[in-house]
Amino acid sequence: MEKMSRVTTALSSNTISGRTMFCHLDAPANAISVCRDATQVVVAGRNIFKIYGLEEEQFVEKLNLRVGRKPSLNFSCADVMWHQMEENLLATAATNGAVVTWNLGKPSRNKQDQLFTEHKRTVNKVCFHPTEVYMLLSGSQDGFMKCFDLRKKESVSTFSGQSESVRDVQFSMKDYFTFAASFENGNVQLWDIRRPDRYERMFTAHTGPVFCCDWHPDDRGWLATGGRDKMVKVWDMTTNRAKEIYCVQTIASVARVKWRPERKFHLATCSMMVDHNIYVWDIRRPFIPFATFEEHKDVTTGIVWRHQHDPHFLLSGSKDSTLYQHMFKDATRPVDKANPEGLCFGLLGDLAFAAKESLISSDANRKPYPGGDRRYPIFFFKKPDPTEQFAHVSSALSVFETDLDSNRMDWFVKTAQLYLLSGKPFAELCDHNAKVAQELKRPQVSTTWTMLRIMFSDPANLTTPGPNHNLSKLGTLPLMNSFSMKEMGSGMGTESRLERSKGDSRQDNIHLEPGNSHISNNNEENEETEGSDGQAEYMFGDAELDDDDLYSVEHDNQTEEQEYALPQEAFQLRHEIMDNPSAPEHLQQDKADSPHVSGNEAEVTCLTPIESFSLISISQPLYSPHLPASFFCPIVREMLSYYAEQGDVQMAVSVLIVLGDRIRKEIDDLTQEHWYMSYIDLLQRFELWNVSNEVIKLSTCSAITCLNQTSTTLHINCSNCKRPMSNKGWICDRCHQCASVCAVCHHVVKGLFVWCQGCSHGGHLEHMMNWLKSSAHCPAGCGHLCEYT
Amino acid sequence: MRHAVAPAETVENNSFAVTDLLKICTHCERISKKDLGVRIPRPLGNGPSRFIPEKEILQVSKVDARTQSIFEDAFAALGRLDNISLVMGFHPQYLESFLRTQHYLLQMDGPLSLHYRHYIGIMAAARHQCSYLVNLHVNDFLQVGGDPKWLNGLDEAPQKLQQLGELNKILAHRPWLLTKEHIERLLKAEEHSWSLAELIHAVVLLTHYHSLASFTFGCGITPEIHCNGGHTFRPPSLSQYCMCDIANGNGHANHHDDLLGNQDMCGEVEVLMERMKQLQECRDDEEASQEEMATRFEREKTESMLVVTAEDEECVPSRDISRHFEDPSYGYKDFSRRGEHVPTFRVQDYSWEDHGFSLVNRLYPDVGQMLDEKFQMAYNLTYNTMATHKDVDTSMLRRAIWNYIHCMFGIRYDDYDYGEINQLLDRSFKIYIKTMVCSPEKTTKRMYESFWRQFQHSEKVHVNLLLMEARMQAELLYALRAITRYMT
Repeated sequence: MEKMSRVTTALSSNTISGRTMFCHLDAPANAISVCRDATQVVVAGRNIFKIYGLEEEQFVEKLNLRVGRKPSLNFSCADVMWHQMEENLLATAATNGAVVTWNLGKPSRNKQDQLFTEHKRTVNKVCFHPTEVYMLLSGSQDGFMKCFDLRKKESVSTFSGQSESVRDVQFSMKDYFTFAASFENGNVQLWDIRRPDRYERMFTAHTGPVFCCDWHPDDRGWLATGGRDKMVKVWDMTTNRAKEIYCVQTIASVARVKWRPERKFHLATCSMMVDHNIYVWDIRRPFIPFATFEEHKDVTTGIVWRHQHDPHFLLSGSKDSTLYQHMFKDATRPVDKANPEGLCFGLLGDLAFAAKESLISSDANRKPYPGGDRRYPIFFFKKPDPTEQFAHVSSALSVFETDLDSNRMDWFVKTAQLYLLSGKPFAELCDHNAKVAQELKRPQVSTTWTMLRIMFSDPANLTTPGPNHNLSKLGTLPLMNSFSMKEMGSGMGTESRLERSKGDSRQDNIHLEPGNSHISNNNEENEETEGSDGQAEYMFGDAELDDDDLYSVEHDNQTEEQEYALPQEAFQLRHEIMDNPSAPEHLQQDKADSPHVSGNEAEVTCLTPIESFSLISISQPLYSPHLPASFFCPIVREMLSYYAEQGDVQMAVSVLIVLGDRIRKEIDDLTQEHWYMSYIDLLQRFELWNVSNEVIKLSTCSAITCLNQTSTTLHINCSNCKRPMSNKGWICDRCHQCASVCAVCHHVVKGLFVWCQGCSHGGHLEHMMNWLKSSAHCPAGCGHLCEYT
Repeated sequence: MRHAVAPAETVENNSFAVTDLLKICTHCERISKKDLGVRIPRPLGNGPSRFIPEKEILQVSKVDARTQSIFEDAFAALGRLDNISLVMGFHPQYLESFLRTQHYLLQMDGPLSLHYRHYIGIMAAARHQCSYLVNLHVNDFLQVGGDPKWLNGLDEAPQKLQQLGELNKILAHRPWLLTKEHIERLLKAEEHSWSLAELIHAVVLLTHYHSLASFTFGCGITPEIHCNGGHTFRPPSLSQYCMCDIANGNGHANHHDDLLGNQDMCGEVEVLMERMKQLQECRDDEEASQEEMATRFEREKTESMLVVTAEDEECVPSRDISRHFEDPSYGYKDFSRRGEHVPTFRVQDYSWEDHGFSLVNRLYPDVGQMLDEKFQMAYNLTYNTMATHKDVDTSMLRRAIWNYIHCMFGIRYDDYDYGEINQLLDRSFKIYIKTMVCSPEKTTKRMYESFWRQFQHSEKVHVNLLLMEARMQAELLYALRAITRYMT
């Protein structure tokens, strides 16, 4: 406290001012250091060793310490430090292993004072004792730390780091006798200056070298370390074991770390490679830098706060041969640029949305959410800390749940499971898949399958359907107007868009748009199409048959639309699928009447397989039997692209596999690969591993088939000694016992092995199945209640 | 360094090991008598190395359980156990790290496709006319579905790989000439351009195979039996030993080995040890001035260039390897004759630990870690023995060798006194190092035998490992520095 007040007076009597400024050095800098009164800075590097004065508007070169005709390697500095008590005293660490002190008070040009050449390798760091005038500490590549008394010619004590290179040494600010040293092998050691024989404490801080460490200027126990593993860690050293209390993950290896004065939780870092910026972190918010200085063009090698009690000035030297003074107020604040809203879809269409609390709450205040609706917002508030200068840290997270009844991805899962992709003649596969689609009430897809069968089957194999169809009725179907593939394509388009609409309608509804006009527009559009050829009705009826609930919900939605304040740019607007007032009408009709009756809707629902056949019989006269299958390829290709584009990549891939060579050459490999990847990704997200594997197996893209060959390594531990089984074979080389023994028959399992994840006992698949049919307990007798599913 | 010979067991072990390795042996006579029309190949070489007697190599795997299990793993992973691994079996810790790295580079996830990797390996090995590695990887290349046409020469390979030729050439012979313009040309070549990650992968592969070529020649690795030059279909003639004889330990490689004069060189090891001791002690009192240190480095650098390498016995590549690279005249020797100045690279400004590692690990995850382990393993490997002496601190010698190689590439350690090198490395050893690192194809058995005569073979292999890793790191440092400069 006493010290604090003293320094504040010092600060007030000598107020620092300045601006962001820089000057060119002649050579890259390795390290910088300021003198106590913050008026001068020393820059040291391989070919530079100068003192600059810090003036209001500019840096002024005060002194060049690099004198002599042919400067020796003693001038090649890896590190420099200005004494914080004695303003004429400097120390440098030379790359050739020398520790040099400089006395600015010397009258001669050469200010070199003392030269210690006790280290055998490069000295990485020198550090003066914060309160003791004559005490200097050095850490070297040769693994030793040496403490020098500047009144003597030799070191007074040597500390051995056990042959690991020392990267940084720092005296503790508060404990007179303690210093910390960081090592190339990832360790940090604490030493008592009086006891050179053994370190007080050692712990592993990082994987790989720890390049730097820094004691917290105020808090006795905190030590920040930065390493090659790109982490900055803050350790609480007051407890018995060093405890990691904060961790910041940066994007490059951390070369320097310096606590920001007067700010308990702030520290500045710069990196060793690749990244040239200086970051100031708030360690409690490790995900985004609190402030960034982006001026340097090459890696920053030295950072130092200009005054030890002024948090607003940061000095930095860099490999790009510049020296900068950064004003904190000029720093860029990444937080301001970060997108404050987050948005994510769940697997089943749930939507999570997080935004600044202010943005959401103003909306939420307007109107309570209507009861019965399953969508509800969840708010998470973070207590704002008034002492810190953060914008506003609280945000709200809303989760919009899908209506369970209209679990819209059901069709995807079922389709994936039921589709047959291989193992039968082509025509049968098509029929099967058409039937599957039909059962899932997706007549458009079903029809596509049927048509594919017609197109690519040998005409001779076509079965002539029975004559039990009603020509006039079918005539109204758009498909029958002419057997034009183009039309077909567009028809499908609408349909699949509608399929999508199931997925999208909800989201569209929650747009807070100036949207009423939009909606009416859409309605008009839709009505138009409807009027033109009735296609729209046909589509709607089909697509939404199973979605009655959805529609009723959507009616609600219209009334609540204003409440959901989602930024509209997050969605691609789909005008044609906005709520269509006509659709519910159809639905209601459908509900009222049996789907198989009544004029318009009848066509829609009656696309039973028989009907499809009838369709064929009609089309046959139009379809010339002489047309080769390849004639259709362009159309099929277009159709597949269309499906894929509309999000039904399942269809695209399934058709691709079933058609096989018939179509493969028509579509370029990259596109195919893309489809496969998307489909496989979807399948895996739905945990349809078997299907996904089948798809991978059946695909012809080399990039896809090789997926099955990657990550096939299975690491196992010996069941006896629990050590990893490094050896090939069935015998553990440590305990020399057979490792994978069946718990039922006690023989070694070769082949299918199943084991319980709870108790890790297992055995032959069959044996386990049989056993668990009759007993609930583990066959090994461990008492675990194993489950076999 | 470990020496694992137990003479009593020799014969028995040996026969067992060989039959293990060459299953055909026991059957060969019988089958050829039956005359099924199947031609049975016979190995031409005697064991994995021309320089090291077969029995010594094979014993290792029998004596050391760890080596044995590493061999098993290597065989399981690759379906073969190549001669390089067999020779490295002297140093199982290193071998493990080496194989893991190589496996990762060639087989595991990485930015380059498998056949590209092998082709780059071929390119790099061909640069040093290392037919052994070329043959090995030609087979692998074809196996992973590489286009056989590419093997006709670099002209037939895709444009993208052709562009790598320049980098390959410079890296192999004069890495200090590498600039960021070279990198830029590779990265900005329209549709043929490399991505940074791919480039790092390629650079690691190139340097790996350049240095492995050094090792191959340095240890006189003999061709694999399934490769060109590794076997013959001629029936065993009288002048040669049948495999079965070798299997019984009668290989002719054994004879002269021990006879090779130790008389005149008696005490070589002792002298070396004495020097090391002296250096250790007098280090402080005769502190050389800074200029002296600088000139010592320069002198060592220029001297290293004047060390005559060519012994005028040009070995002709057995396969037409030269077609895999262009400009065969481009070599290290050109530069030494013209006395070009090699700019000094300060390791304090760009080191593997601080800079290289971060860059590699950033662009090709995990590989940095593996290389780091491998370098450290090679640098720190010691058994605290020298020839027959035990409990010797060899760190000084190892550091001298490592720094001498870096010195040849113009890499300077500020904190090293290059005068030490002169004290510790004698001329014949320098010739060997220089030849092996700079133009490995010229390494001869005589060179191998003429340095460090009293040392064990395992120790010479150890030296080879050191040379190989030091060379790889030197090349990598130049390449990575160029890439870093490009990126900033």
